Amino acid sequence: MHPVTKTVLVRLGYGLLTLFLVSVVIFSAIEFLPGDFTQAILGQLATPETIAAFRKELGLDQSAVSRYINWISGVLRGDFGSSFSGRGQLTSGTSGVGRSREVADLIAPRLWNTLFLAGLTAIIAVPLSLFLGITSALYRNSIYDRAVSVTSLTTISFPEFFVAYVLILIFGSLWPVLPTLANVDASTPMAERLLRSALPAMTLTLVIIAHMMRMTRAAIINLLASPYIQMAILSGASKSEVIIKHALPNAWAPIATVIAFNLAYLVVGVVVVEVVFVYPGIGQLMVDSVTSRNIPVVQACALIFAVTYIVLNLIADIIGIITNPRLLHPK
Amino acid sequence: MKKGSENYSAVAETGAVLEKRSTWQRFVLDLKKSPISARFGLIVIAIYIFIAVFAPWLAPYGESQVFPAPYEPWSKEFIFGTDQIGRDILSRMIYGARNTVGIAVATTALAFFIGGVLGLAAAIAKGWVDQLLSRLVDALMAIPSLIFALVLLSIFGTNIINLIIIIAILDSTRVFRLTRAVSLNVVVMDFVEAARLRGEGLAWIMRREILPNILPPLIAEFGLRFCFVFLTIAALSFLGVGIQPPTADWGSMVRENASLIQFAQYDIKAGLTPLLPAAAIALLTVAVNFVVDWFLHKTSGIKDEQ
Repeated sequence: MHPVTKTVLVRLGYGLLTLFLVSVVIFSAIEFLPGDFTQAILGQLATPETIAAFRKELGLDQSAVSRYINWISGVLRGDFGSSFSGRGQLTSGTSGVGRSREVADLIAPRLWNTLFLAGLTAIIAVPLSLFLGITSALYRNSIYDRAVSVTSLTTISFPEFFVAYVLILIFGSLWPVLPTLANVDASTPMAERLLRSALPAMTLTLVIIAHMMRMTRAAIINLLASPYIQMAILSGASKSEVIIKHALPNAWAPIATVIAFNLAYLVVGVVVVEVVFVYPGIGQLMVDSVTSRNIPVVQACALIFAVTYIVLNLIADIIGIITNPRLLHPK
Repeated sequence: MKKGSENYSAVAETGAVLEKRSTWQRFVLDLKKSPISARFGLIVIAIYIFIAVFAPWLAPYGESQVFPAPYEPWSKEFIFGTDQIGRDILSRMIYGARNTVGIAVATTALAFFIGGVLGLAAAIAKGWVDQLLSRLVDALMAIPSLIFALVLLSIFGTNIINLIIIIAILDSTRVFRLTRAVSLNVVVMDFVEAARLRGEGLAWIMRREILPNILPPLIAEFGLRFCFVFLTIAALSFLGVGIQPPTADWGSMVRENASLIQFAQYDIKAGLTPLLPAAAIALLTVAVNFVVDWFLHKTSGIKDEQ
């Protein structure tokens, strides 16, 4: 077997193992719930039968292993169980399943919104950071390079909500050109949706762009010292030709890795930004569910975030492996 | 020693008492050579510490003292106005320095204790202990920490003790990785082997043989981890699941006063009010980053690329 295929397969195997472990960790969270939890969810009026029925629905009468198998096979079919909200004030002997919504129905429209926002950000942020990175490598140590570098260093250490509110202050309040509430829904037309998502996407772009841009610049500058670039310079190639034609192709691997890594970071940034702009995505849903301790929804959101994060990191690693010339052309 | 000096003797030079510089003298010397960004960072950090320590003397009013007028504009009486239930914002900012920074420092210290001890233990013990801990850490690190913190907070409920323990444990995974990686290089050294043959216990080897040799990267990491923890706690408080009211905290203050921002057109000062605590967070993070940057350059001798 080609060594690259082997390394990739091993990495995929680790990825699957991580996914399994993460699902176990998120599932077992419910094991640590305090004993009076059912009472808190079902309200003061819950009868012993109600509590028993609720415990049965959660599967607390079965072993942890069979509960995990039930849960994960449901998740694989897209069934995350039903929400805990709206279960209070019951007098009958049911656990109130009929009165609460399916978690999957809650999540589906919001997941699309979140993916839309993340996708929009990626479309803006990736080309912009590549452009900034390449140009600042080209005009290294110029005023332009210093300005880009100082700006990116400062935005990298700002909290997301600070960036968000500064943008709101400028574009929403002092010079009101963009809407500050991103309340989109399925019926919002595309142009309107783009306009309302503009500020959240700008915030996320500012948050993730710095790291990608700096990596691009560093990857290219690292290569500039290598002999084949010296050769290209001596042969009379212009500065931009050297960087774009000779250095860039060899810099793709670290750049691609850092892009995938930052898209994974987007997953976390999206939670705070959605709350600031009241954007109806799963980040906001998750925070609301944490406050109301709606565990099935929290678990489902966490699983979606974690899987996205793991898969993007896996892609980053695999790109790193398959573009590594030492592995591609073994001696 | 001048070359042409007549009564030069090599014996006298080597025999002369070498005066060792004290830690403070070395610090002052380093400071004289430090770049402007590091000096700026150190001054900012010193100011924050001063405010945090002397908060009760500096604040004009009490932490949760309520005045009858909510959303009071900036004035002589209330320098930054009052918040949504009429508490003085300046006083809450000053107390917030104590709460937000204090909790972040405590969390980072706990994370370093857990991660550092386990990382050292894994590096020294090797074998199945190392495997078990490393795989556990891999699994924990695979979940984004803000998301994992949200899951755990929803299970255990939101209070300050839970917050500190949860973030510390999640963050100790990063400390574990670093400690393990740097101590693996030291563990193979002869002097460690000598200590082991001498019959020293695990705790001695950790503390006296390895720790002094891995300190510089750990101190730099402490600064970076602090920034990360500080931002995570601020984000959680901002989301309403971190530090709970009435405790003054910068993250929740941003959220509480966020609606003032829409009045910026009519009164720019009112619009700036919610940004003050956010700016306080940002300024401290930038300052710590500057100092860590300088420290890393100083201890590792990393040079700028080209």
